[in-house]
Amino acid sequence: MTVDGRPPPGGAGEELLDLAPCGYVVMDTGGRILSSNREFERMVGYGGTEPASGDRSLASLLPAGARIFLETRLWPMLELEGAVREIALDLVRTDGSRIPVLFNAVVGPDRDGAPTTIRAVFMETTERHRYEQDLLAATTAAEAARVEANRLSEILQQTFVPPPPPAIPDLRVAATYRPAGDGTVVGGDFYDFFRVDPTHWMIALGDVRGKGVEAAAVTSFVRHTVRALAIEDPDPARVLAMVNRALLEHDTDRYCTLVLASLQRGSRGWDIQLSLAGHAPALVRAAGGEVSELGVPGTALGVREDPTFHTVRRRLGTETVTLYTDGVTDAREGGEFFGEQRLRTLIGSSRHDPASITDGIASTVLRYQGGDASDDIAVVTFQGAEDH
Amino acid sequence: MSFAVRLNATVRGLRDAQAIVFIHGYGCGQEVWRHVAPEFEADHQVVLIDLPGTDGADGSAYDPARHSSLLGYRDDLISLMDELDLRSAVLVGHSVSAMIVALVQIERPDLVDRLVLAAPSPRYIDDAPYVGGFSTADIDDLLALMNRNHLGWQEPLAEMVAGAGSPQIKGELVELFCRMRPTVAAQFAELTFRGDNRADLVEITTPTLVLQCRDDVVAPLTVGRYVADAVAGSELRIIETRGHCPQLSAPGETTSAIRDFLARPPHRVAGR
Repeated sequence: MTVDGRPPPGGAGEELLDLAPCGYVVMDTGGRILSSNREFERMVGYGGTEPASGDRSLASLLPAGARIFLETRLWPMLELEGAVREIALDLVRTDGSRIPVLFNAVVGPDRDGAPTTIRAVFMETTERHRYEQDLLAATTAAEAARVEANRLSEILQQTFVPPPPPAIPDLRVAATYRPAGDGTVVGGDFYDFFRVDPTHWMIALGDVRGKGVEAAAVTSFVRHTVRALAIEDPDPARVLAMVNRALLEHDTDRYCTLVLASLQRGSRGWDIQLSLAGHAPALVRAAGGEVSELGVPGTALGVREDPTFHTVRRRLGTETVTLYTDGVTDAREGGEFFGEQRLRTLIGSSRHDPASITDGIASTVLRYQGGDASDDIAVVTFQGAEDH
Repeated sequence: MSFAVRLNATVRGLRDAQAIVFIHGYGCGQEVWRHVAPEFEADHQVVLIDLPGTDGADGSAYDPARHSSLLGYRDDLISLMDELDLRSAVLVGHSVSAMIVALVQIERPDLVDRLVLAAPSPRYIDDAPYVGGFSTADIDDLLALMNRNHLGWQEPLAEMVAGAGSPQIKGELVELFCRMRPTVAAQFAELTFRGDNRADLVEITTPTLVLQCRDDVVAPLTVGRYVADAVAGSELRIIETRGHCPQLSAPGETTSAIRDFLARPPHRVAGR
């Protein structure tokens, strides 16, 4: 093609194609090679001196496995779309070695305008192919690492999933824990029940900020510190003050909210002492369904050198007490939070027993989020047994 | 979700006439029948589907466990036929789907009046003295090659870059044929090219047409003869064309071969 009528500098017609630095072939729609240029013959191993065999098809120049790919995928795509592009293939050379190429082909009209010929170019990609192999190996390794990390995280998650609460004489208890998302990420919510002496139990429920292995490690640290300290001095506010100091000294910038309740069994039922550290108050449901708060706001753990914690005391009758993490109230549907008001209404309209309240909260909140929990949820409800 | 929706079923042609169901083979979707299927609309109810895992089928249709065997595909097809209330139909299966339609006929003879097996191969890997045309290493090669050519599917890398479900990527996938999710394509290729359905062929109990391409490197003439010999009372018809997809390379001849077969009296004399 010229602009001024003179022959183009690179040659014209057959010469132009013959000298092109890419393999070029014309095939019939059955894949039989009708003509090819010099570079193509070099690729497949003919020096340009020996004549190529007269009846060659593209399939005959491919490894057997690739013929299946050609026949089941590439020819139908060519037929249906008129072109295939950037297909990575290996051509088999006359000496049996393979040469990686990129292959583009179009179905083109012949001189009569009928779509009976296929024009194809082949670009040698020996170097690129090595790079591609490296990339493929790296991708495969990355995928394997991701699968392994998820597996470890799930194992860790299961390790940190709080066990079912122990049987506590004269106390009815129901607890639930639902991890966020698909359960592959370790969350920071936890609860714990432990005995200080035969008539004295502690219940802790908390939320370490963040997710993942580091949050899980802090969760473990807080749980065990609370246990150790409460054996010595079960006053919740004083325990929280010491946990706060321990956490400030701990090499982490994670903080933690916690509600800690001490339950002392007396001759006339249970006495509860409860303290809050940056955590939502407990919700108390009276037998008639009225819901009220229990607890005085306190400082989150691991934040300040001079925190304030208050222990509130109360004699428990027939009411239920519910502790929960903010995965409940912060659950979202679209932009709207589940919120404390919905939670109070839910508890107020529930049956008056710990299992109904706990299960009702977990299932309602999960449903509210369309089954896809964005945060962990931990809920504990307890109630003095009625028969004393 | 109904099976018709899951399998992207297209129903055309003459209602209440005998149904003819075309099932595409490995590599493409129902679009491969576009030159042949319309030829039957005047006197048949024509049904086309996309097998689970292809771009046309619903994403939820593919279940790696269910579809780890051709029986999963068979059961999908049976469910679809029950749902559409298709009885005594003609099933036309291409390539691996020739085996799927055979399995349907064996399991539920009431659903199938006649079978057309287009470019069938009950086993691709040689098993002396049986010649399938390929070695185990060839199939390994094929799977490695597929891994290098995702043919328009850009996940997961492109999705990681552009963000999952980005409209740009979705847009590029519109109106492209022969697309399969790479993981599905690999599993389906394993199933297709490493499978062995030779023992099933003798169980077929309905008039069967074997359509064989003259020059097909995937399912060669010897394999077509093997199939025709194994299926009692079957008829072998050789299409004078090259390649593995006679419905694309020789649609006219393929259509008349099926038409001739359907025009014959239903019960042929046993023993060829």
